[in-house]
Amino acid sequence: MSVVNYDEDVLIKEQGFDDHFHDHHHGDKYQSGFITKYIFSQDHKMIAKQFLITGMMWAIIGAGMSIIFRLQLGFPEDSLAWLKPLLGKWITVNDAGIGTLAPEFYYALVTMHGTILVFFVLTAGLSGTFSNLLIPLQVGARDMASPLLNMLSYWFFFTAGIIMFCSLFLSTGPFAGGWTAYPPLSALPQASDGSGAGMTMWVASLVLFVVSVLLGGINYITTVLNLRTKGMTMWRMPLTIWAFLITAILGLLSFPVLVSALFLVMFDRGLGTSFFLSEIFIGGEALNHVGGSPVLYQHLFWFLGHPEVYIIILPAMGLTSEVLSVHARKPIFGYKAMVFSILAIAFLSFIVWAHHMFMSGVNPFISNFFVIFTLIIAVPSAVKVFNWIATLYGGNIRFVSAMLFAIGFVSLFISGGLTGIFLGNAAIDIQMHDTYFVVAHFHIVMGIAAFFGMFAGIYHWFPKMYGRFMNETLGRIHFWGTMIGAYAIFWPMHYLGMAGVPRRYYRFDNFDTFSHFGQMNQFITIAAIIVFFLQILFVVNFFVSIWKGKRVATKNPWGATTLEWTTPIDGIHGNWPGNIPAVHRWAYDYGKDGVEFIPQIVPLTEKEKENAEDLH
Amino acid sequence: MTTLIIILCLILIGIVVVQLGRVNELAGKIRGEEAAENSANNFHGILCVVFVIGFMIMAVWTTAYYKNWCLGYGPHTSASEHGELLDSVFNVTVFFTAIVFVATQIALFWFSYQYRYKKGRKTLWIPHDNRLEIIWTAIPAFVMTILVVGGLDAWNTVMADVGPDEEYMEIEATGSQFAWFLRYPGADGKLGTRDYKKITGINPLGQDFTDAKNWDDFQPADIVLPVGKKVRVRITARDVLHNFDLPHFRVKMDAIPGLPTYFVFKPTLTTEQYRQNLKEYPEYQALSDPDDPESPMLWEAFEYELACAELCGKGHFSMRKLVRIVTQEEYDAWVATQSSFYKTQIRNGDEDPFKGQVIDFEIRDRRATFNNAVEKARASETDKVIRLDYVKFQTGSANLTEDSRYELDNLIGALNKYPEMVIEVMGHTDNVGNPTSNQTLSNSRAASVVNYLLNKGVTSSRMTSRGYGDTVPTDDNATAEGRAKNRRTEFRIISQ
Repeated sequence: MSVVNYDEDVLIKEQGFDDHFHDHHHGDKYQSGFITKYIFSQDHKMIAKQFLITGMMWAIIGAGMSIIFRLQLGFPEDSLAWLKPLLGKWITVNDAGIGTLAPEFYYALVTMHGTILVFFVLTAGLSGTFSNLLIPLQVGARDMASPLLNMLSYWFFFTAGIIMFCSLFLSTGPFAGGWTAYPPLSALPQASDGSGAGMTMWVASLVLFVVSVLLGGINYITTVLNLRTKGMTMWRMPLTIWAFLITAILGLLSFPVLVSALFLVMFDRGLGTSFFLSEIFIGGEALNHVGGSPVLYQHLFWFLGHPEVYIIILPAMGLTSEVLSVHARKPIFGYKAMVFSILAIAFLSFIVWAHHMFMSGVNPFISNFFVIFTLIIAVPSAVKVFNWIATLYGGNIRFVSAMLFAIGFVSLFISGGLTGIFLGNAAIDIQMHDTYFVVAHFHIVMGIAAFFGMFAGIYHWFPKMYGRFMNETLGRIHFWGTMIGAYAIFWPMHYLGMAGVPRRYYRFDNFDTFSHFGQMNQFITIAAIIVFFLQILFVVNFFVSIWKGKRVATKNPWGATTLEWTTPIDGIHGNWPGNIPAVHRWAYDYGKDGVEFIPQIVPLTEKEKENAEDLH
Repeated sequence: MTTLIIILCLILIGIVVVQLGRVNELAGKIRGEEAAENSANNFHGILCVVFVIGFMIMAVWTTAYYKNWCLGYGPHTSASEHGELLDSVFNVTVFFTAIVFVATQIALFWFSYQYRYKKGRKTLWIPHDNRLEIIWTAIPAFVMTILVVGGLDAWNTVMADVGPDEEYMEIEATGSQFAWFLRYPGADGKLGTRDYKKITGINPLGQDFTDAKNWDDFQPADIVLPVGKKVRVRITARDVLHNFDLPHFRVKMDAIPGLPTYFVFKPTLTTEQYRQNLKEYPEYQALSDPDDPESPMLWEAFEYELACAELCGKGHFSMRKLVRIVTQEEYDAWVATQSSFYKTQIRNGDEDPFKGQVIDFEIRDRRATFNNAVEKARASETDKVIRLDYVKFQTGSANLTEDSRYELDNLIGALNKYPEMVIEVMGHTDNVGNPTSNQTLSNSRAASVVNYLLNKGVTSSRMTSRGYGDTVPTDDNATAEGRAKNRRTEFRIISQ
């Protein structure tokens, strides 16, 4: 396989676009001091790191919570007294020294685990990190369209996190009504301790979080649409950028609906309105609310909630597509089909929300439409899977950690996607709704899979972020352990679901039907603990590598074609020191005409120009 | 101490792994990066194959291991008519998805292995292939069509409400924090109306007892249903969302305050039949409580259960009710043992809107009791006296109370039915006051009854009246209850 010879600096200087950018070698007004450079930074690369590290902190907290409630589920008879120093009054120790987790706090843990992982980790931590890092770098922009809004986006997210974190220490406990916060449970402090101040802070936190998503999203969209460099047509954008663009549009259209739902809940709580409440008798008192519908809230929530799962998974798909192509040394198979699949999935994601509500008391006739649209999503999803597999076919695969995680993503997306075909079919959902089958499905397809996409991205772009590599051996251990461990945790849950075991149960021994699975629950808990420690290994690898990792020797260590690998190893403000590179071809010229890879900045050869097919 | 040791061990393991990682990287440097990468690529390529083989074996093995929980298989067959349909949709979906699952997972990891990095390997230049892409768009679309059509057909069959002419029974389940309330419609087959504002400690469902349909509704502790009969469950909630979940029957529906939902299903297996099915499986031939050798076998201990499947607060996991499916005869016998909530808990209490009044089911009941007493007296040789329990007079006077007419009308009915019957109406008092005035009062009370009958058209020759004063007590005049029993009106059948 031959190599095309090029020199980025010369090419960018000769072919690039001069936007009269002045590089300030001695710092500029944006990053002159420690605070403006590391804390209130307006540089997209620094904001990306802030999102990533904050997301990692939240991931540890959220996953740690899952370990505590898994201990409760796996070992309900064993003492949790040793957690008393951490959880305080939520553990009651009896005379025999056996410590028991309070059921209220079990539900608070489940709720916080969901909220934290879905919003703070897999939305902010994933999309926030990689949209920020890659959009300007891959479309060839100096920075985001509005660096200030971009900075505010992070700080709104940060503040949202602080509020959520503080709510963990309320004497009545954090919100405990499930991450979906269905009223009346979430609306009535009489219904649950966590629905008092805990719910108020939960709402406040999420409203700020949505502000963060909107500020970020509007920036991502504007940057992709307006700041692409010369020659970077839409059809030449890497799939990562397509994914981030569509993700941002989804967020922009759906998150405000969540805010409206949350406001209406707050009105019901504080102002005596009855949007979601009707004919309730609670705490020995008949409330005056009449005429509202709790189902209306569910419609509003899932109008965000369903696009939200694509907001989580699309960036992971984009990262996976890119990583698979680079390390298989092959163009992504069916680039246009991949883009159209993303567009189709995104469009369909807005008209399938009620498939979360087949058993919620909506008219069964309406469900027909939602079943049809939901199962149609399987088609573009299947196309993406086949295309990823076809990308591997005939490649020359380097099993770096990033590539392993990308392959793992595809495996998980298949497994979790297929169970979606069961749940999307209303007839099967009658038995499966709100059981562990659902837990298994969404954890595999949008939890673990999205994490795998994120890990692939982190291992792949770590050199771009920190100028060093992460430790590959640890990365590969991390991959295989997590891959096997994740299936060990979630695969058995399908059988629990078939048996009808409901999710969100504090313990199972009240029911003969659900109490047969003690051994399985222990196994799942042990697997979860092992996987948790593997993630700690990753975190250690991440932070140690920032300072101790192997230095990157060349600008383009992976032999990739996209623009971020033409920037200096140690990122600079404005990304390129002189001209902005111009783009001449699509992002996937790997193995073309026997050449291993041709970067986007390399002009077309005469032969390529003649051949119209190649003009992507 | 143990905790400390465990933590130390974990930290040590962590350090060992991290150091191993660093050593491996250093070793790679020594051996030359490329050689190290080559062997790593081979190693992980092989791991891909090992993984996918292990994964496939695991998938098959776990399915075999948990086969008893696979829908529609063996012990986990559905106990309702529609459940079999849903299980078949499930299994058709399993069939198609299993093919895709095995094929794509194997392809994914096999290609990963087959095309692992080799220096100088020439990669294929295939950016896309329209024909392939059309094929693998069309095939999923076709399979999805099959699944959608089958699924929606089943869904619309299952969720259809009962038809206008269909025979069914209706019951009601109300979720509350943290227990289910059950309500059966009683003999009239109709559930009475409710109003959440009427909920109190003694009226937990807020039943409106001015609605006659409520009078016979009863609230059993368990769900008991006859096998083979369609039942429509009216599902509602008092406080927050709940979900009416009967896993063995494939029934699940949210319970919503202010918005009643329903689910229609037909049980096909009695609890006993389900137990007999379980008996066939060796897994169920074990003690239900392994520590207690006296405990029943698992199959004997089996019960259907009602659970809550929508998060409703801290006690969500404990909302259990027993469900028993029985034969029609057993069901009828069970219904006969159930008594109306209104009659046992509410009637003549503070919350009874008809407190102190006679209402029509009581009139019917009293008539039945009276007629029985008449028949019994006619059949008896010696005991010809019948007490008129509900004939009352205003205190100290011979004026009949308004409600006495119901009992007297019963008497008229008996006289009309047996035109030959002649009776003596007898008045009695307790021993309070002087005997003379008691005698006078009893005389005039008995006469008052005869007078009423005369006015209603009974021939005077068929009856006489007589007061007995306090001379014939049937109970102890020393107690208030005894005296109450002694103040009475009776009649004796003189000829029949």
